[in-house]
Amino acid sequence: MMPAFSSSSTASRKASSPLRRYFTSLTVRQRWGAGLLLLLLAFAWLVPWLSDADPARQQLTRILQAPSLAEPFGTDHLGRSMLARLASAIQLSLGMALLSVATAAIPGVLLGVMAGWRGGWCDRVLGSIADACLALPGLLLVLLLVAIAPGNFWALYVGISLVLWIEYFRVVRARTQALVTSPQIEASRLLGFGPVMLFRRHLWPELAPQVFTLAAFGAASAILAMAALGFVSVGLRPPTAELGLMMIELLPYYHEAPWAMAQPIIVLFVVVLSLNLLAGKDPR
Amino acid sequence: MISRANQGLSHLLLSRLFQAGLVAWLVGTLTFVLTRTLPGDMAYRIAAGRYGHDMVDGAAAEAVRAELALDQPGLSAYVGWLWDLLQLDLGRSLVSGRPVIQELSHQLGHSLSLAVIAVLLSLLIGPPLGLAAGRKPGGVLDRVSEVAASVLRALPAFAVGLLLIMLFAVTLGWLPAAGHGGTAHTVLPALTLALGLAAVSSRVARNAMAEVSHSAYYAFSHTKGLSARQSFWRHGLRNASVPVVAYLGVQFVYLIEGVVVVETLFAWPGIGHALVHAIVARDVPMIQGTALVMGLLFVLLNTAVDITCYLLDPRRRRA
Repeated sequence: MMPAFSSSSTASRKASSPLRRYFTSLTVRQRWGAGLLLLLLAFAWLVPWLSDADPARQQLTRILQAPSLAEPFGTDHLGRSMLARLASAIQLSLGMALLSVATAAIPGVLLGVMAGWRGGWCDRVLGSIADACLALPGLLLVLLLVAIAPGNFWALYVGISLVLWIEYFRVVRARTQALVTSPQIEASRLLGFGPVMLFRRHLWPELAPQVFTLAAFGAASAILAMAALGFVSVGLRPPTAELGLMMIELLPYYHEAPWAMAQPIIVLFVVVLSLNLLAGKDPR
Repeated sequence: MISRANQGLSHLLLSRLFQAGLVAWLVGTLTFVLTRTLPGDMAYRIAAGRYGHDMVDGAAAEAVRAELALDQPGLSAYVGWLWDLLQLDLGRSLVSGRPVIQELSHQLGHSLSLAVIAVLLSLLIGPPLGLAAGRKPGGVLDRVSEVAASVLRALPAFAVGLLLIMLFAVTLGWLPAAGHGGTAHTVLPALTLALGLAAVSSRVARNAMAEVSHSAYYAFSHTKGLSARQSFWRHGLRNASVPVVAYLGVQFVYLIEGVVVVETLFAWPGIGHALVHAIVARDVPMIQGTALVMGLLFVLLNTAVDITCYLLDPRRRRA
């Protein structure tokens, strides 16, 4: 997202250069995060491609088998392949995170710019809507929405996005308020550039790093929220392969198969850690 | 000066009161939508919950329908619903048949004791560690506590709880894994919540302390002849504590969310556990009651944080 704008000025460079420049602009921590995330993505999308294991296929004669050559991650209490289930769970978690971050970030940034730029009643109305959404702790709001439509992916998704957009809105509004009065924007405006140009040229390059950080943190909290709801069995329903659900399903078999129980915990930990590392410093 | 200070405080309390009203309205509205969108005949379901599935008939369902205004058009039923809420008439649980208020008053005590112990425990672990780390940024303690904090922040509360259960209850057998009873039962759930809270508060305290120790007034306290310990107690602690307390307000989101999950994991008979049970059983009055109490608890805790910040930092009183 970010390098697209900076590359437009130096279009003569090689096609790989914005990506490479973006990568070199990251800190060591962020590179670790990006690397871990890429590994997870590769795992989640290569596994279904390379093996034909179905995350929902039960084989009751082969339950709770230890990791072996045939089943690299073993099988769960219904004889389902842990490898396929983990891959499917990572896909679900990251897909959900991407979707809710995108739906939260786009209105959050646009409304934040609007509120910061226009000020006045527009700012007050949007600000009170944001406050209203934050009156309840996020998970409580999501829980109430999930109660209305139980086991529904979309209820979860709407709830999480509704909680997430406020952070973008607040950060972007505060930054825009400071930027709008800056000399460079005033100069551009006097030269007759329209709002779209001003946004692209002056606002977005300043906002992008913070929005990016918020997006990474937001993705982590979306994944955690979904896992938490699955864990207390009010989120998605079995037989969906979902990390929180897998933990609570495998909990009774802790004695027989501690390795099976450990897998979703480790995966969730690595997913969230990679996003937290990628996010870098907390702007809040 | 005093009247101005009081004005600031009353403005603060007023906005929190407004937030409390908003919480009640949001919870009331969402649960009202819930009653209207439940599949099947709501009156029949409630009658079945109240009298048992074998005893319910059409007449009983009709009586319930009239009592709960389910036969009325949406708008007037909605106004009636909010009016009941305003009078704190939360109805009866569809599962146990007892008044929701009675159930809540029983559960609130358990949740509050868990939350208070968790916050106190986190304050014992987090800020002292952060303050010690912040006095030598980049030192061994700073690095170790940073890694520990990143690991804990990447683990959700329920995973921390599971790991603690496995370590202390299953492997070592020192503490009970779940349930509610003596002090021993409190240790693991409270520790689970406290570790998550401390992971953040230790870093906040560390950054605040690092900032304070680089400030001009801290350097001056050394210059005027105070020892390192004296300047820490007189100038470091109070200044560093303001962000830590202020950040507690943000952390209460984690606390309330954590209470839901941790109580369910440890079978702790509190409000979060009741909320999850109510959602699974579709017990609407209990959903409303528990969500309302948790929301109001959140507002109350934040008010406490506001007042503490106000007392700690005289600069805020002028703002």
